[in-house]
Amino acid sequence: MYQYDEIDETLVRERVAEFRDQVKRRITGELSEDAFKPLRLQNGVYLQLHAYMLRVAIPYGTLSADQMQALGEIARDYDRGYGHFTTRQNIQYNWPRLVDIPDILDKLAGVGMHAIQTSGNCVRNTTTDPYAGAAADEVADPRPWCELIRQWSTFHPEFSFLPRKFKIAVVASKADRAAIQVHDIGLRLKTNAAGALGFEVFAGGGQGRTPRLAVKLNDYVIAEDLLAYITAILRVYNLAGRRDNKYKARIKILVEETGPEAFTAEVEAEFAKLQGGDLTLPAEEIARVSNFFTPPPVETRGFDLKAQSQAFQIWAERSVKAHKTEGWASVLISLKPVGKVPGDATAEQIFAMAEIARQYGLNELRVTKEQNIVLPHIPQADLPAVYEALRAANLHADNGGLVTDIISCPGLDYCNLANARSIPIAQAISNRLSETGLDREAGELTLNISGCINACGHHHIANIGLLGVDKRGEEFYQLTLGGAANENAAIGRIVGPGLSGEQVPQAIEDVVRTFIAHRQDGESFNTTLARIGLDPFKEAVYAH
Amino acid sequence: MLAITANRLDDGRVVYRTPLGAWSAHLSEAELFETAAAAEDVLKLALSEEGVVVDPYTMDVEAGVPGGKKRIRETIRNTGPSASTVLELNA
Ligand code: SF4
Repeated sequence: MYQYDEIDETLVRERVAEFRDQVKRRITGELSEDAFKPLRLQNGVYLQLHAYMLRVAIPYGTLSADQMQALGEIARDYDRGYGHFTTRQNIQYNWPRLVDIPDILDKLAGVGMHAIQTSGNCVRNTTTDPYAGAAADEVADPRPWCELIRQWSTFHPEFSFLPRKFKIAVVASKADRAAIQVHDIGLRLKTNAAGALGFEVFAGGGQGRTPRLAVKLNDYVIAEDLLAYITAILRVYNLAGRRDNKYKARIKILVEETGPEAFTAEVEAEFAKLQGGDLTLPAEEIARVSNFFTPPPVETRGFDLKAQSQAFQIWAERSVKAHKTEGWASVLISLKPVGKVPGDATAEQIFAMAEIARQYGLNELRVTKEQNIVLPHIPQADLPAVYEALRAANLHADNGGLVTDIISCPGLDYCNLANARSIPIAQAISNRLSETGLDREAGELTLNISGCINACGHHHIANIGLLGVDKRGEEFYQLTLGGAANENAAIGRIVGPGLSGEQVPQAIEDVVRTFIAHRQDGESFNTTLARIGLDPFKEAVYAH
Repeated sequence: MLAITANRLDDGRVVYRTPLGAWSAHLSEAELFETAAAAEDVLKLALSEEGVVVDPYTMDVEAGVPGGKKRIRETIRNTGPSASTVLELNA
């Protein structure tokens, strides 16, 4: 894992001291709320329904055991004993007091973490495949590139006041586990015919009120030109992106209004000016950063899956993933036990995950965009011990990738912008689909819920999406089908009129039953939908 | 009826303005106004109390509990998240 150097450390410590002073001046009345609000947002502090909310950056979702431990201590000491892992591979605390936040940031700085650029119109935390560095199908570990982007984008003076926020995602395999096509910039690491690393570059994707899939700008940009190329994209966007209308300010609108070809031509022209200049990544720097991310050595201890208990085998089927190094596996920890709050973990559970990573997992953990946790490096021989440790902490849910592995934003239970609640709906659906056994019968299937059109719950890119809407003061839910966040990315289509909260669990059951009844030969949900169309689903949902 | 609500500056907690000009965590202690016009002067005063609360505004109250179009939102603000927390569920 990357370790902070003196520059990182100083930067973060200075920012904490600055924010401590700003909070003090706000409390004493020296700073007005208007003056303070942009400052607190630059430090990840929002004001939500019940309290301040602190969003902590987890660079490309990678955490050390000590960092995880510190996140648990913050939940225990400054919050109400739990934290919420988000679709941005970050963690949010729902209850911190403003006056405590400088101390929390100090504690984070002590483990090489911060909340910088988790809000505001800047380049946000880069996200990636949670199995990076472990996945058998990657061409190379994408994290050194994420780290280079992190260093380049942190406090970047030119890109601190963009027209709107800006999100970059990186993958390194054909399988897309980071939803690159719905990001402002999506990067896929690949090799050319000569075996040299480079990037396939996409731009203009996004969710929110105007969901769009990204367009491909370039099939191969040599890796050393990565920063020059993304700088070119950001320069074109910074100059031409709309600042007159918040809802039209994202790069996706610029790409659409300019036209993909003309936009690409502008980027290429800008890139031509930058190529070969200061932004070219020196080979030594690439090597230096890459050295922080080394795969584990071959593990020789044996492991016999068949000799394990049935409960272990059921869990392992959904939770144990292939690793690129012999003798190792990655473990998915589902934070979606049936009927519970998606993405939430108690301080004790966070401590338990840190301890398991320490004891068995080379000190490493990942946060996934599905709001789960991954232990990327576990010796297969230790899987039974890891399972027992997870069981002891109530972290052994065996529904990873099933329809009850629901992504849900905090919704109206916490969020100031929400139209409707997400969490109780997720809980009701999860209970229903588990009680009926439909979750296992359906197999891999995604269901995401957002409490408003901002789409933090990624509803557009789920096979089954639910969006909370407000109809004259009542909560309603718009159902979409056919979205996907993987390499076959797609935006879901609206099925029909909004449903009340009470109608939603039955409607989802109807959708799942319709899928099961019509699927052929292990088809995915979207393949079945493409073959039979929306009508059978529509009829089933609105028959009640 | 209308009450004036805001979030407390130092910890962000939901508060309601009382007839004595203090801020209480209990809606039952809030000063109630018949109309927006009647609440206007007090709201202005509340807006000037930047060192105590953030973003005060009026909310509908019906029979002592949140009402009107923002009923659900204000009920959640008043009584806390409607969804069980992970702590209760793990208990
Ligand atoms: S989608 Fe809307 S309700 Fe949900 S967290 Fe985002 S802004 Fe809040």
